[in-house]
Amino acid sequence: MATDHSRIAARFMISPAVLLLLGWMIVPLSMTLYFSFLDYNLLSPGMEEWIGFMNYEYFLTDPAFFAALGNTFLLVAGVLVITITGGVALALLLDQPMWGQGIVRILVIAPFFVMPTVSALVWKNMFMNPVNGLFAHAAKAMGLAPFDFFAHAPLFSIIMIVAWQWLPFATLILLTVLQSLDKEQLEAAKMDGARKMSRFVHIILPHMSRAITVVILIQTIFLLSIFAEILVTTNGGPGYASTNITYLVYAQSLLQFDVGGGSAGGIVAVVLANIVAIFLMRMIGKNLEA
Amino acid sequence: MGSITLENVTKSFGDVEVIPPLNLEINEGEFVVFVGPSGCGKSTLLRLIAGLEDVSSGSIAIDREDATSIRPARRGLAMVFQSYALYPHMSVRKNIAFPLKMAGLEQADIDKKVDAAANILNLSDYIDRKPGQLSGGQRQRVAIGRAIVREPKAFLFDEPLSNLDAALRVNMRLEISELHQDLKTTMVYVTHDQVEAMTMADKIVVLRAGVIEQVGSPLELYRKPANKFVAGFIGSPNMNFLSGEAAQKHGAHTIGVRPEHLACSRESGMWKGTVGVAEHLGSDTFLYVTLNDGSNFTVRSDGNVDLNHGDTVYLSAEPENIYRFDENEQAIG
Repeated sequence: MATDHSRIAARFMISPAVLLLLGWMIVPLSMTLYFSFLDYNLLSPGMEEWIGFMNYEYFLTDPAFFAALGNTFLLVAGVLVITITGGVALALLLDQPMWGQGIVRILVIAPFFVMPTVSALVWKNMFMNPVNGLFAHAAKAMGLAPFDFFAHAPLFSIIMIVAWQWLPFATLILLTVLQSLDKEQLEAAKMDGARKMSRFVHIILPHMSRAITVVILIQTIFLLSIFAEILVTTNGGPGYASTNITYLVYAQSLLQFDVGGGSAGGIVAVVLANIVAIFLMRMIGKNLEA
Repeated sequence: MGSITLENVTKSFGDVEVIPPLNLEINEGEFVVFVGPSGCGKSTLLRLIAGLEDVSSGSIAIDREDATSIRPARRGLAMVFQSYALYPHMSVRKNIAFPLKMAGLEQADIDKKVDAAANILNLSDYIDRKPGQLSGGQRQRVAIGRAIVREPKAFLFDEPLSNLDAALRVNMRLEISELHQDLKTTMVYVTHDQVEAMTMADKIVVLRAGVIEQVGSPLELYRKPANKFVAGFIGSPNMNFLSGEAAQKHGAHTIGVRPEHLACSRESGMWKGTVGVAEHLGSDTFLYVTLNDGSNFTVRSDGNVDLNHGDTVYLSAEPENIYRFDENEQAIG
């Protein structure tokens, strides 16, 4: 199609953008990499020295690291399970013709517009607070003892909050996919003797599968770096019960002033995220080819 | 197996009555074509028979048994959709097997029936492909395959050829006709193309605005149209109509003459006019003639006619080929 000449011109013209993006990524990455090999503590400025892989050794053998790794996995998996199943169910419901459809759809999307810190605080103080929270009042009204969510089920509480935030996103994407399904296919399945459940399993779900993988990919990228919700609710505690990798890196570098250790943690997080990304891209690639 | 009876069936969408009370008898083994201009309710009628729409009142009986409130799958009918409605994520084999799987058949039985259907329709070479990798005609055949494996009491076709190109349409038309000869199953076919109706049907049902204008065999409709609408709709090119003085001479409000029944002459005839466009097709010549009173006539003449743009021409027709209609557009005599 393009001549050699125009191809060279094209490369020349996109090069500023590519170089800018590359620099934007390379500079912080290489600085983090460099810091991760230093004994660099903000409490003793000017005393930085090269310590090789000590930071990594320290970070990877820290019991907090394994707790955080497990929590990160649980957080991502828990939120994905809730948002995907809930999203499919809500999309199916919202696709039904009903009175006030437009308003209901806007209400469903609303949580996505609330910023993470605000929604986490609303949940913490208005719903899950053991004294004043709505859940506590509800429990008392039924004669039960109020449940202290953040003390006894900190990770679960955070999963609930984050799932609440991301449910609209999944619902929105899955709803649009559902609306693009050819109605004649459903009618053909009806003629072929498929009941509601079979139509869902054999026609609707395969039609949605591509969008579901896209939702999984996008959400995973964002869920691996959940931070604000943890900071304003549990501060990673009690103990390390609700600390994920992101929060651990923050705690290491800014609460313990250990920039070197934090940088090492950051690099570990980058490696882990890339391993996850490889698996996800393969899964998506398979699904997009079909 | 496979008679369908509609009794006083009506259908309304909200306040709009799409089909006023309608009665129709479809006999066993017949090839019935619903034909009419778009928006005449023919597809709605088919969907009522299929059970994809509920009737507003009246009853539908299949094989003399009331089927009005039976769900689509239990009616024992198979439908081929305009968009084919193949399941895109399933191979051809799985598409055809789907109704059998839903019916809970043994895998061995399913395989046997699918292979048989694929053989009849020449699909064996593509059996493991996905619908996206097939051409329009092949997709059409898969859709038909999915219908025939169920061994239904009747087939319902909803404009199945409208997405195909002209050459393929003629081919598929023949294949469907042959399929009907082989299976001897009742077929109900919806189309807006009167050529499809004429070539395939045992019985044509002409619809206008949800009302049946006439039911009959193709030649009955051609020779004895019940009214002006049917006369104008059946036959290609369309019938020519004249009203006013020329019609009163024949004792009618409007008269109609088919293009193939007009004879042209340079010297004398019933109507004088000027040739507008002459299409020389070799076998036939189509002349578009403007008569002196301003009305336009189409003439189908043999290939040797030597008339061209601007020539004066006299047209005439045998009295038995002139169709007469009264003020209400009903045929006289």
